[in-house]
Amino acid sequence: MTHEEVRKIVIDIIQEIAPDEDYSNINDEEPLRDQLGLDSMDFLDIVMELRKQYKIEVPEVDYSELATMKSTVEYLLPKFNS
Amino acid sequence: MHPRIVVTGIGITSPIGNNLVEMRDNLLNGKSNVIEKEMRYIGKVPMGKCNFDIVKYQNKREARRGTRAGAISIYCANEALINSNINFEQIKKENIGVYIGITEHGTVETENEIANIKEFDYNVKYWTHHHNPRTVANNPAGEVCLNLGITGPHCTLGAACAAGNYGLIHGAQQLILNECDIAICGGVSESTESFGIFAGFKSQNALAQCSDPNKASKPFCKHRNGIVVAEGGAIYILERLEDAVNRGANIICELAGWAINTDATDFVLPNSQRQAECMRKALRHAAISPDEIDIISTHATSTPEGDSREIAAIREVFGETPEAFVNNSKSFWGHAMGAAGALELAGNIPSFIDNKIHPTINIQQLDPNCDLNGKIVIDTPCVKNEINYILNNSFGMLGINAVLIVKKFKHL
Repeated sequence: MTHEEVRKIVIDIIQEIAPDEDYSNINDEEPLRDQLGLDSMDFLDIVMELRKQYKIEVPEVDYSELATMKSTVEYLLPKFNS
Repeated sequence: MHPRIVVTGIGITSPIGNNLVEMRDNLLNGKSNVIEKEMRYIGKVPMGKCNFDIVKYQNKREARRGTRAGAISIYCANEALINSNINFEQIKKENIGVYIGITEHGTVETENEIANIKEFDYNVKYWTHHHNPRTVANNPAGEVCLNLGITGPHCTLGAACAAGNYGLIHGAQQLILNECDIAICGGVSESTESFGIFAGFKSQNALAQCSDPNKASKPFCKHRNGIVVAEGGAIYILERLEDAVNRGANIICELAGWAINTDATDFVLPNSQRQAECMRKALRHAAISPDEIDIISTHATSTPEGDSREIAAIREVFGETPEAFVNNSKSFWGHAMGAAGALELAGNIPSFIDNKIHPTINIQQLDPNCDLNGKIVIDTPCVKNEINYILNNSFGMLGINAVLIVKKFKHL
């Protein structure tokens, strides 16, 4: 799976959680929390959807890896390809 | 003598309308709305469903995170505030109280989560982290506070199917105690989302069955065979009269008296004697005689036992032929559970202006046990020269009874 494919999966998941936001100009370097107004419950939703849809586990110690789009994709890419 | 409490705003959603004007129009024209819908594990059942715009006052994300009861509460509370013409931006949010009656809460979310983890072989790591904030008993009122930035007290009142009246009474009591200056109160129901509610009534032989869903809810009819479960909401803005007058509010009506009591006799079967006592107590609180009531808005849910026992209680208080006219709103949409009392009262309140009494529909043959010698208004509205008092009955399981009397507002 490519970087772009994983990025699209992450956006699809977040879009389902926060459907009112604008996803056309996401800055991959900036925190998702600030750009999309996400809170801790939303991040738990992301973790749950990764578990449900892709059988990918994100342990609590790794939650900080989901801070930006760039860090999220870099963290998830090997998991999707393992 | 406590301060007079007045209604200055009403917001509703019901299967026959998402505002009071629409609902009243359908009540006067005998237009019901009960649909047949597939329910998990049970199959097709008749039910009363609302069709309000869920994202009118909250965004999609909030709606996804919250509950159906929360969404109904938010819609109705916002509609009520608009109707009250309160300058919401200017008032102190700490002085607003939110008190919402509900029959049950948490069953919908719990059932949904069990269905969800069933897909994952009942592995609880797939159980949602939203479960607890969705199912805490204060959820519907708490969601209203989150939505509107209200920082005063809030709670959800569990009072079975007497909860709509209970919410209104509690709001009035909190105003009297000066615990708040504005009470956002009433009742809501999300019961159509829970298979357990339907299955429970079915096991109790109390779930309506009818080939035509619009004729399934038929209180007082000889052929009635059970309840049509409905959802809905009715939230009122209550204020102390002095405050309402000072801000130049449009006063819709006044809460004249109320009473709450308990049967203490059975889990489900109502007790006519306690119901009669509750009505008498409310009349004493309002300092009026039974003959002064113009409309009795009944609780009757279309069950053989419940309807006849309520009529027996009415006969005891008002006589074999009451001075009041008697109607029933559940014949239009079913039993909106926690919303029922507040919603049914709302549908009758316009009578103070139009002097009409909306009918009860679906009575193919009046049950002699429910006959009040022509005082039940059937199929077409009747008109009186003036309507001054409405008595609204609301009764629930575990023998909770709540009676509320409202009167036409007059400056004295």
